[in-house]
Amino acid sequence: MKAVDDVSFHIDRGETFGLVGESGCGKSTMGRTIIRLYNVTGGEIFLDGTNLTAMSEKNLLPFRKRMQMIFQDPYASLNPRMTVTDIVGEGILVHNIFKDRERQERIFELLDYVGLKREHANRYPHEFSGGQRQRIGIARALAVEPELIICDEPISALDVSIQAQIVNMLEDFQDEMKLTYLFIAHDLSMVKHISDRIGVMYLGMFAEVAESYELYAHPQHPYTRALLSAIPIPDPDLTRKNKRTILRGDVPSPIDPPDGCRFATRCPLVSDLCTKATPELIDKGAGHFVACHNV
Amino acid sequence: MLRKDSLTTERLLRFRRNKVGLVSACVFGTLFFLSLFAEFLANDKPLVIGYKGRIYTPIFVSYSEKEFGGDFDTNADYRDPFVADLIEKDGWMLWPPIRFHYSTINYGLPSPAPSVPSKVNLLGTDDSGRDVLARIIYGFRISVLFGLSLTLISSVVGVSVGAFMGYYGGKLDILGQRFIEVWSSLPTLFILIILSSVTQPNFFWLLGILLLFSWMGFVGVVRAEFLRARNFEYVLAAKAMGLSDRQVIYRHVLPNAMVATLTFMPFTLSGAITSLTALDFLGFGMPPGSPSLGELLAQAKANLHAPWLGLSAFFALALILILLVFVGEAVRDAFDPRKVV
Repeated sequence: MKAVDDVSFHIDRGETFGLVGESGCGKSTMGRTIIRLYNVTGGEIFLDGTNLTAMSEKNLLPFRKRMQMIFQDPYASLNPRMTVTDIVGEGILVHNIFKDRERQERIFELLDYVGLKREHANRYPHEFSGGQRQRIGIARALAVEPELIICDEPISALDVSIQAQIVNMLEDFQDEMKLTYLFIAHDLSMVKHISDRIGVMYLGMFAEVAESYELYAHPQHPYTRALLSAIPIPDPDLTRKNKRTILRGDVPSPIDPPDGCRFATRCPLVSDLCTKATPELIDKGAGHFVACHNV
Repeated sequence: MLRKDSLTTERLLRFRRNKVGLVSACVFGTLFFLSLFAEFLANDKPLVIGYKGRIYTPIFVSYSEKEFGGDFDTNADYRDPFVADLIEKDGWMLWPPIRFHYSTINYGLPSPAPSVPSKVNLLGTDDSGRDVLARIIYGFRISVLFGLSLTLISSVVGVSVGAFMGYYGGKLDILGQRFIEVWSSLPTLFILIILSSVTQPNFFWLLGILLLFSWMGFVGVVRAEFLRARNFEYVLAAKAMGLSDRQVIYRHVLPNAMVATLTFMPFTLSGAITSLTALDFLGFGMPPGSPSLGELLAQAKANLHAPWLGLSAFFALALILILLVFVGEAVRDAFDPRKVV
């Protein structure tokens, strides 16, 4: 099975690249592959010009320090048997950044950073709320002073009110520490808010890649249009005027993807060519890439 | 590895609440601890001798009969009335509660061996005139030591194999599973009997032979735990952090798997004791003359007119197994995540 197939993109330093798509389209797989949690079966990964694709775990260690990940489920991503100190301090320990007292000092500093109290340091994850747990997860990622952070749906398991806090916090950290984000989500409005550029994925391939405002102002791929039209607008008059594009059918199984364009089975603009040839991701000007024969 | 965190405290609390299990664990622990000092409980040598102002410790040092004014330069036989008289004339002897070693033959029996329980032999003697109680004490010790060693070694082997298979998965896992399927379909008992008849097995031989098959019990549970845990997000997070496989296993995965292993252990221990007893009973176990519950049972079968042999062995074995099962159930309940304190 190919969960992710033939995707190429880059993220500039200090940029936030948003990755959206339905559940099961390969967003998380891509994120986890980039950070080398999964082995690459084809293609290459570069960090700052260094090829990480086939690097051994030992050689990878210094690069592990430079890229980190924030996970989706704040309940599953923290070891229930470890205290906050141990969870946050694990990276510091592994990479030997600080010793003993300095290490504890650094952990306190990180807790301050993410808005937790110092007295939380010796507690266990189950004593915290979802938002607080996600803060612990963020503190853990920040502990090794990474440059790239892969945020794998960091807010989708949280309350809406908490979501905004976490996103704002991530944005503040980006400014302060010159962080680069790969932000994976399925909530388009939140991605629009945080991302500089956005890639829309469908069944393991890119449908459209563009600057954030450009994508929202001029969506070209029929899949992107359908996704955007699904964002609820808090104005009943506007909602009635806007026509929603409703996709029919389900996502085909990634085990046996359709020939040609993978979206062809559900596309309102489908033509004969679509079932024969896979569309390339073509630059339609100003860094706006679209993979569709008919736009 | 298993640190004292809130979960562990909770489990200890749950274990303590199970009164039957707690009492069983204490009784078993006490019996085992006492049996470790069996030489001081049942021996044919006095604990201490005071003779002509000097202190002798015959359990640790062998003394010649001449030392106490005897005629021969041989090891003193303190049960011999002649030697006893010699010593008591000029000193004193402090005996252990039971004046028989497991191999001591009581030559002064009132009736032919196996003879009925009396004031001298509290549980009677076996068919060679050896004290049954002394043999049970030493037999208990050797059974439990054997069971503990077998359980510990086979859990170390089983957990390591299961961990490798579950954590790395893929070809290693498939090959391992097939090997275990083939290996576990071998007729264990016959192989044990064949191997035991090729050599004259001793404690370590038997341990090795039983170990060939007993480690597989742990592989299944541990493998399943590792297979499940290796995709936990906190395990992925640890990998992304740059922890080596070994660190990930020790810090994050193994503690989960230890729950299943620990729950399994008391039952493996009672199983190991039963296996040793069965082999001894069939005559393929410990070398002749060793104290063993299985050998006592075999004697009981051969001497049905001497019921004290069978009854003593039966109650001793039943006590061990019942205590272990109660402990095992208490451990299992204590680790059960569905039970809330």
